[in-house]
Amino acid sequence: MTTTSVDERPVPAEDVIGRPSAGGHLKDRAFKAGLIGLTSVGLIVLAVLLVTTFLDGAPSLSLEFLTSFPSAFPEKAGIESAITGTLWLMVIVGAVIIPLGVATALYLEEYADVNRWWNRVIEVNIQNLAAVPSIVYGILGLAYFVRGPLSLGRTVLAGGLTLSLVVLPVVIITTREAIRAVPPSIKEGALALGATRWQAIWRQILPASVPGIATGVILSVSRAIGETAPLILVGAATFVAFNPTGLDSPFTALPLQIFSWTSQPDEDFKALAAAAIIVLLVILAVLNGLAIWLRNRYQRKW
Amino acid sequence: MVNMYPEDGLSEAMVPRVSEDPQRQAEEEAGFPGEVPPVPAGMPHAPVPEVAHHDVIDDAIHNPVFQTEDLSVSYSGKPAVLDVTMKVPEKEITAFIGPSGCGKSTILRCFDRMNDLIPAASVTGTVRYHGVDLYASDVDAVQVRKKIGMVFQKPNPFPKSIYENIAFGPRVQGMKGDMDELVETALRRASLWDDVKDRLKDNAFGMSGGQQQRLCIARALATDPDVLLMDEPCSALDPISTGRIEDLMHELKETVSIVIVTHNMQQAARVSDRTAFFIVDLSAGEDQRIGRLVEYGPTDRMFTNPHDTRTEEYISGKFG
Repeated sequence: MTTTSVDERPVPAEDVIGRPSAGGHLKDRAFKAGLIGLTSVGLIVLAVLLVTTFLDGAPSLSLEFLTSFPSAFPEKAGIESAITGTLWLMVIVGAVIIPLGVATALYLEEYADVNRWWNRVIEVNIQNLAAVPSIVYGILGLAYFVRGPLSLGRTVLAGGLTLSLVVLPVVIITTREAIRAVPPSIKEGALALGATRWQAIWRQILPASVPGIATGVILSVSRAIGETAPLILVGAATFVAFNPTGLDSPFTALPLQIFSWTSQPDEDFKALAAAAIIVLLVILAVLNGLAIWLRNRYQRKW
Repeated sequence: MVNMYPEDGLSEAMVPRVSEDPQRQAEEEAGFPGEVPPVPAGMPHAPVPEVAHHDVIDDAIHNPVFQTEDLSVSYSGKPAVLDVTMKVPEKEITAFIGPSGCGKSTILRCFDRMNDLIPAASVTGTVRYHGVDLYASDVDAVQVRKKIGMVFQKPNPFPKSIYENIAFGPRVQGMKGDMDELVETALRRASLWDDVKDRLKDNAFGMSGGQQQRLCIARALATDPDVLLMDEPCSALDPISTGRIEDLMHELKETVSIVIVTHNMQQAARVSDRTAFFIVDLSAGEDQRIGRLVEYGPTDRMFTNPHDTRTEEYISGKFG
């Protein structure tokens, strides 16, 4: 047998693998440029908004601004009651949506039989409710929490309950995803050891999905405290010179305070509104940052 | 003894896969240019059996752990495995072998009522465990699983510490006693104690695949089961880890009865005392894949002197 030696002469690439189609690369580049252009439209608008807000609001930011109550005089006005009102809302929303959202999600994921029409109705409804405008929830809150059956009045509890309704569908959806992310083999493993369904869920599935649930809850709370429309409807006040003292206390919140100041004719109040926006943005950034950190910290590869 | 079928390990790859997703299946069948041409989808798994059902029941088993009679399982009304009648002896290792889709895992999952988790599955016939009908209306599946442990194909430790993995079973079963001692005993029985005694608080996900599987065995042993069901426990493991688990099985059969499903015939030959051979029966039509028990007997005899020609053809690598 003879062995053939390898020919060292270079072979033109296109002889072997073919010639690239004319214009193919050009189109590719044009498409990419188009995408970058469109992305930057959104980013630029956002950046302009942020920069102007910071320029307008930064001079008004001070410790005094954070620790003063609203006032008819711009130089004395502050947002303490708005911040405490927002914190109260966060706590109430959290306390309502965690048990309700987790329980609903667990039912739908672990117990509901999708072959039953009512379970499908519930599912479709939750998807739809997530897209209902928040002002509709405001009307509901006004009719059922402020007046009507619960008659709570224009209290921080009524406001918190209304905001909970706004974000509940989202919490249910994200919690379901977190539960579904736990592989079925974990449940099988627990059941094979003689655990009851409840033991498997409570001791294995829920703990394993806590990071995902927490992320969803935090993002929902941060959405809730940015909501304005439902609070206007349930009658949160805009001029509250005291902190909430309990669930039945009148209240205001940051977005409402901002809304009220921007509608004042005095330019100085507009600067205060910008300063309050900065504070609200910082709170939201912290919450979202916490959610991202949680997700990355506890993200598990199964 | 019977280590004469080196091509066994490859046999699995030659089985045409049936994908649930028809599009994906079409893609798989189409293959890619330049690849070895795939097995045509219509190619039968096994020679169409002349006799629908051929069972050799070993009457020598007087004290069976499990005794099945005409056990059949169907999914959404379509039969998956039909008319399995057999006795599983105590304190021995019984292996289920056969090609993919022959229903061996399905039958195994009847032994601890894990099929209950699949709503579409329905079981007919009887499975007796020490004489008790496991599917009787007064039998609670949770109680059954307390007596019968199971190890799965892919190691599935809980995302918790090694200690917590072991302690989970005893805790949910309300077992009394010193938990530390229970954990140590279980880990020792699974020959894992020396590997992990200094890192009991570490997350089980940090272990190697073989260690994870032995942890799952230890976890099952912690509740002191009477039977250990193993569903292809080594299919995701390397040969060394597989060897350790097989050694472990030999030690364990002193105290527990073991039923193992395996794709690996050499493994069945190495570890088991008895072997049951299942096939896929296509005689009812190409899309009706029905698993059947063909032959069941002592492993030595099954591998040296199979009574059924299909068993002989399978173990000599002619199909599957």
